Amino acid sequence: MLSRKALPRTTQQHPRSTLNETATGYLFIAPTLLVLGIFTVLPIFLAIFLSLHRVQLLGEINYEFVGLRNFARLAEDGRVWIALKNTAEYVAIVVPTQTILALLLAVTLNAGIKGQRWWRIIYFLPTVTSSAVLTLIFMWIYNTNGLLNYGLNWIGLPTYNWLGDPAVALKGIMLMNIWSTAPFYMVIYLAALQDLPLSLYEAAAIDGANAWQRFFSITLPLLKPVTFFVVAMGIIGTFQLFDQAYIFSNGSGGPNNATLTVVLLIYQYVFRDLQMGYAAAIAFLLAMVIIVLTLIQRQMFGKEER
Amino acid sequence: MRQRLDMEKRSVWLQGLLYTVLVLYAVITLIPFLWALSASFKPLAEIISGSMNLIPRQFTFENYRQIFTQEPLFLRWLFNSVVIALSVTLLNLIFNSMAGYALARLRFRGRQFWFFLILAVLAVPSQVTLIPTFLILKSLGWLNSYQGMIVPAMINATFIFMMRQFFLNFPRELEEAAALDGLDRFKTFLYIVLPLAKPALAAQAIFVFMGSWNNFLLPVVILFDPEMFTLPLGLNTFKGQYISYWNYIMAASMVFTLPVLLLYAFFNRYFIQGVTFTGGKG
Repeated sequence: MLSRKALPRTTQQHPRSTLNETATGYLFIAPTLLVLGIFTVLPIFLAIFLSLHRVQLLGEINYEFVGLRNFARLAEDGRVWIALKNTAEYVAIVVPTQTILALLLAVTLNAGIKGQRWWRIIYFLPTVTSSAVLTLIFMWIYNTNGLLNYGLNWIGLPTYNWLGDPAVALKGIMLMNIWSTAPFYMVIYLAALQDLPLSLYEAAAIDGANAWQRFFSITLPLLKPVTFFVVAMGIIGTFQLFDQAYIFSNGSGGPNNATLTVVLLIYQYVFRDLQMGYAAAIAFLLAMVIIVLTLIQRQMFGKEER
Repeated sequence: MRQRLDMEKRSVWLQGLLYTVLVLYAVITLIPFLWALSASFKPLAEIISGSMNLIPRQFTFENYRQIFTQEPLFLRWLFNSVVIALSVTLLNLIFNSMAGYALARLRFRGRQFWFFLILAVLAVPSQVTLIPTFLILKSLGWLNSYQGMIVPAMINATFIFMMRQFFLNFPRELEEAAALDGLDRFKTFLYIVLPLAKPALAAQAIFVFMGSWNNFLLPVVILFDPEMFTLPLGLNTFKGQYISYWNYIMAASMVFTLPVLLLYAFFNRYFIQGVTFTGGKG
């Protein structure tokens, strides 16, 4: 999020020689440049290189130039499409649900209730807990004889084999992640809600607008930039789903590829099938999908995001 | 205030509805944790019997004793996680602040270029760099090592950006006074600027610590010797080994979660502040 402050046009000159200042400046950013260079900029070029080669990992590493063949192969790879489909389904369900839930919770919390701080502490708990722990707890709750089925049975709903049934395994991960990330976005909404101009609401109240009208014609439009941010972060976050799918399925993406996500597939191609070049091509495919979606979303939200 | 305005108009039942929603959602949030906590104090037999009581009938510390004394690597994993998360946090605090400060306050040639480079880096999806990072760590001989976990993670573009925004709004007079007193840039930064940046540093520390403590993907990729595992990885192998010993798994999960919960409860204020920092309000 670039703010207008990003580039101050007028800046005072510090009373010091420029050479000295330059040396200090570079001294201060040297560690950053070093790490950034070795672990981000270099990897980006290396990724491009890898995606154009077949990498032989056994024994001595060697690279055979194959042009765009890795990318061509993507189209015929059934598992890539399964992973993309799973991930897309996951994003399509989780992002809207967690966004609406977050907004709902934030509005509720902002309605002048007592002990706001304590509610926030409780709600935020899942967000600070590690995905590994949460996944284990949920795997246990999803157990055939577990708490969830017990509850479903108690209120007369059908029970499922959450861990073993391909039809519901991904749904289980969705449920868990909506539960654990919605509160994070809730806090962002909450902060934005507290910054909204009070005068607009007073004027609307005088004009006789009721709470619903005020919400839909004042709050929602004013929250648009925040919603853009929440949806964009949500898309990026959900497309990178890995930990939960990996732990859930022991790295296999099972049952029957139901929890195979794109990042899990990349992992499998690198460390199981030792096909680094091809895996790099999948990573680029994923990056493209994320970038394109973010751009589309920006168009949809209009240009008002500064 | 708006809240008060709403309050006057709100009927009693609406107020009741609000609290019902809040309590219901709090229950939904807490149940998995309470459930896990309760299981960590139950003997396995009680868990298997399928009784759904939240308070253990037969309360026991045995599960905790078991994982600490019978699982030789558990303490080691805990130690690894602590060493890595603390080092990563400390280094991030120093380097991100230094970079943020330089980008906000020091006039030097190329400053804007580096600033845009850091912003661009923020936008690169991490999957793209994952495989090459593995290869680079491999050629450095840093696979399966502390430095392999620490060095790539010791800066964070998001927080450099955040620190820069923070320092842009920082009163200049103090630094100028320090300069008049004869402190050089580095000493000014260390003794004057950093102490005043405590809230921003605290928020950053919590996020970085938790990010490192909870990280799963990087350790899965670069650590392969069980001795070097961090807790999330250890926990995952633990699951494989004790597949149906949910009592041990839950006890281990609780030990893993406790430090973060304490940190979170303690620094809650900064935490929320930190979220709003990153919360797109620019």
